[in-house]
Amino acid sequence: MPLLDDCDIAVVGGGLVGAALAWGLARTGLKTMVLDGGDLDPRASRANFALVWVQGKGLHAPHYALWSKASAERWPAFAAALAADSGIDVALSQRGAFSFALSQGELDMLAAELETIAAETNGAAAPYEILTAEETRRRLPLVGQDVVGAAYSPADGHVNSLRLFHALHTAMRHRGVDYRACHAVERIEPVDAGFRLAGAFGTIFARRIVLAAGIDNQRLAAMVGLHAPLKHSKGQILVTEKCRPLFEYTSATIRQADEGGVMIGDSEETHTTAIATNQEISAVLANRAVRVFPCLAEVNVVRSWAGFRVKTRDGLPIYAQSASHPGAFIAVCHSGVTLAANHALVVAPQIASGALSSDLAPFHSGRFHVSENS
Amino acid sequence: MSMRRITDTGALALHYDLVVVGAGPAGLSAAIEAAAAGASVLVADENLAPGGQIYRAVTRNAPERQDFLGKDYWKGRAIAEAFSASLIDYAAATTVWSLDAAAAEGGSASLGLTLGGEARMISARAVILATGAMERPMPIPGWTLPGVVSAGAAQIALKSVSGIPGGRIVLAGCGPLLYLLADQLLRAGAEIAALLDTADRKQRLAALRHLPGFLLSPYLLKGLSLLFGVRRQVKIVSGVRELAITGTRHADGVRFRAGGREATIAADCVLLHHGIIPGINLASAAGCAIEWNDAQRAFQPRTDKHGRTSVAGVLSVGDGAGIGGAEHAAVSGRIAALASLTDLGLLPPSGTASRLAELERQRQVYRRGRAFLDALYRPARQFLAPSDPDTMVCRCEEVRAGTLRQVIALGVPGPNQLKTFLRCGMGPCQGRMCASTVTEIMAAERGISPAEIGTYRLRAPVKPLRLAELAALPQGPAAVFAVTGRALEHDSIEEEGKNQ
Amino acid sequence: MFLRIREPVEAVTFSFDGRSVTAARGDTLAAALLAAGVETFRDSVVGGEPRAPYCLMGICYECLVTIDGIQNRQSCLVEVHEGMVVNSQHGARLVTGRADR
Repeated sequence: MPLLDDCDIAVVGGGLVGAALAWGLARTGLKTMVLDGGDLDPRASRANFALVWVQGKGLHAPHYALWSKASAERWPAFAAALAADSGIDVALSQRGAFSFALSQGELDMLAAELETIAAETNGAAAPYEILTAEETRRRLPLVGQDVVGAAYSPADGHVNSLRLFHALHTAMRHRGVDYRACHAVERIEPVDAGFRLAGAFGTIFARRIVLAAGIDNQRLAAMVGLHAPLKHSKGQILVTEKCRPLFEYTSATIRQADEGGVMIGDSEETHTTAIATNQEISAVLANRAVRVFPCLAEVNVVRSWAGFRVKTRDGLPIYAQSASHPGAFIAVCHSGVTLAANHALVVAPQIASGALSSDLAPFHSGRFHVSENS
Repeated sequence: MSMRRITDTGALALHYDLVVVGAGPAGLSAAIEAAAAGASVLVADENLAPGGQIYRAVTRNAPERQDFLGKDYWKGRAIAEAFSASLIDYAAATTVWSLDAAAAEGGSASLGLTLGGEARMISARAVILATGAMERPMPIPGWTLPGVVSAGAAQIALKSVSGIPGGRIVLAGCGPLLYLLADQLLRAGAEIAALLDTADRKQRLAALRHLPGFLLSPYLLKGLSLLFGVRRQVKIVSGVRELAITGTRHADGVRFRAGGREATIAADCVLLHHGIIPGINLASAAGCAIEWNDAQRAFQPRTDKHGRTSVAGVLSVGDGAGIGGAEHAAVSGRIAALASLTDLGLLPPSGTASRLAELERQRQVYRRGRAFLDALYRPARQFLAPSDPDTMVCRCEEVRAGTLRQVIALGVPGPNQLKTFLRCGMGPCQGRMCASTVTEIMAAERGISPAEIGTYRLRAPVKPLRLAELAALPQGPAAVFAVTGRALEHDSIEEEGKNQ
Repeated sequence: MFLRIREPVEAVTFSFDGRSVTAARGDTLAAALLAAGVETFRDSVVGGEPRAPYCLMGICYECLVTIDGIQNRQSCLVEVHEGMVVNSQHGARLVTGRADR
């Protein structure tokens, strides 16, 4: 019998989460393999909004608010290390972000959420301001009359997430990661001192594994005594032709990429599994974008896309090691761009050391058992 | 009874039995057949007048003025006249940018159209895609320079403005259209400096087994007379294995290698061509299954013998479903119209069976000889997957062959991941000008079939439209909730009203 | 790059980069510009390279020009009109405007 391909650690999933972890693991010197899916598998990494975002994150979950903030602060170091390994500049820009309100109700809701998060973190969350319509337009003269106000936080930013994805894969190659596309894992069998991963590609042996397979984590987790309950969350985005610079900040609904295209998001549908884009939602997105920035009215939309978010039932990440099968880790989260710095620089070294730190305990999947039982 | 020209979105009906996308021979024929059966029909087409590319401007030109276009071109007149005499809504200069097969009420298809700067959503019980073919992009060094156009573009200039290229003309590539264009240009009085034929001589052997079919085909005589006619009047260099266009801000010559020797020929205008392939963007974005046609070396929608795609209520006909030529397209349009009206219950199956059988017999005649042409003019590999690293592959995002190969070497699973890493195919043309090359390069690098590589997955809008047009479209409460996370509030309803 | 071998039946006049151009009613703008000797329609968005129409049938998006102030229009799909003001383009779209429009 031929020897199985083997590695110290196999990361299942080559998206932004899997690639950031694999690069981080390889940097610690582990012989790392990435088993990735096919070209048309659902991939949140190809359908994200490229934000390094803190504002409003972690309502009733102060540990998540602070985890996001820490990653945003860690991003410059992460981007520099990534550029050193890949030669690719991911265009990190952290000049702050606006959340635009088109009705008083929206503004009140924004203000209430940010205030609650500030209180719940004892003021340690990212700073913010609530701006009136006049104040918003003073800072951003292109903003339209329908905007009744905005929230602003200096902690937010964005990157070129397509280049981030490319850079992570180039950096993985640089660090000797064995990346294998079209290696969809069908079964994981715990064996002596490791795991056997099997699929149409054959079988691979790994001493340890990390599940970072996005929405497929739900299926894989159960094979190694872990739990990753997800909910449906489809998002849709419009993207315009390239424009000369017009908006140097960012926002969760409109941003201009460094290459010039304006991205317009975002929506959430919770009751559909269809991946096609919905034209009525495109209409709402376009309508709101033109109300925020009337100068965009004549700009052409060149593409739209839809993707499924990797959303756990409570919206927070899961980081855990299996109690029944030590050596099996899982990382599930929605904000793969924002958290990439934490994943590469914090979580990966912890996994490499064999245990997640107690700081990450609130993100353990055990929390779902508790809520299910209560 | 006559065709009704739609010039603004307000004149569109909100619902049709059948919407036909494209007004070439396939689309016009489908519409004529469906209208004759009493269906309500809309033909939506991007061009200013009916005819598609093959019969472009046929209603505007006249045999006595545009005598150089050849007698096959004027066959389009009869189709255009029958179309004008049919009870059909016809929206020219109209873009269909989305098709969602079951999105409208009652499971009807929903289509997004733009006409006169305004968008409109309409619905249809069935949709026939007759979006035609496009020329296979021919990426060679210098092909983005002004002065370089596709052969099809030169033919369009001839048909639409009676224009012939000025200065020294060089044609390069392979395929029947190249010789047809040469013949038309010569008849129009142009002088052709050279025709650089890239046809792979090895393909002659491969084509031989399809020769009997070709000998019985309606193309035989026309093809031979074209070849001999052009050969008498034009310097033809065969066996061209390398091509590059020289020049800095405009083409000034073509460098080529043939028979082991390199030469450069001066040129003011270079016309490139190496075959035509189906335009699949709308079918693909509508979710129709796409399959690889190895004989024609292109992707096409998967269809049954009547044109039904994998998506219920959506049919694909003509060259957009696989290259067959104008007359084949016209018959396939009629077949698809009968099939879809039968599916809708607007025609009894018993009444259409014999007519369908007769049309299928006719279509068989037009299929004869196609396999021979496909084999004979299969493009040589070096022109499908350019080896020079500086050759531009994605003209919009300006991604070159060498960069593509570097990323392919990272092990990416396919063209869609490649697109993500490099923006290749993300520009305004939506990958039309690079998709085939990206698949070919990847297949060559991996040593596997393009069928296994696949192609870009596409989404609406398949053609750009202004944000303001999208913003003015109807928005249901579910869509508003999906974006704002809130039901329509009283104050925001007022604001919506204010905005109208 | 194209020479008309038949005179236009019904002439239409428009401007391109300030210069007057004569075309025939029913012409597409791209074909009319090429027949009027226009060589370069725009400089490309990413690399600033000269570009001109490649396909003339709505596929390649190389023929983008500014028509009556509206940028990035496909000149091969637009009919010429008397008095149309057409301009070549240089680089990416310029977004201007005031908030109170």
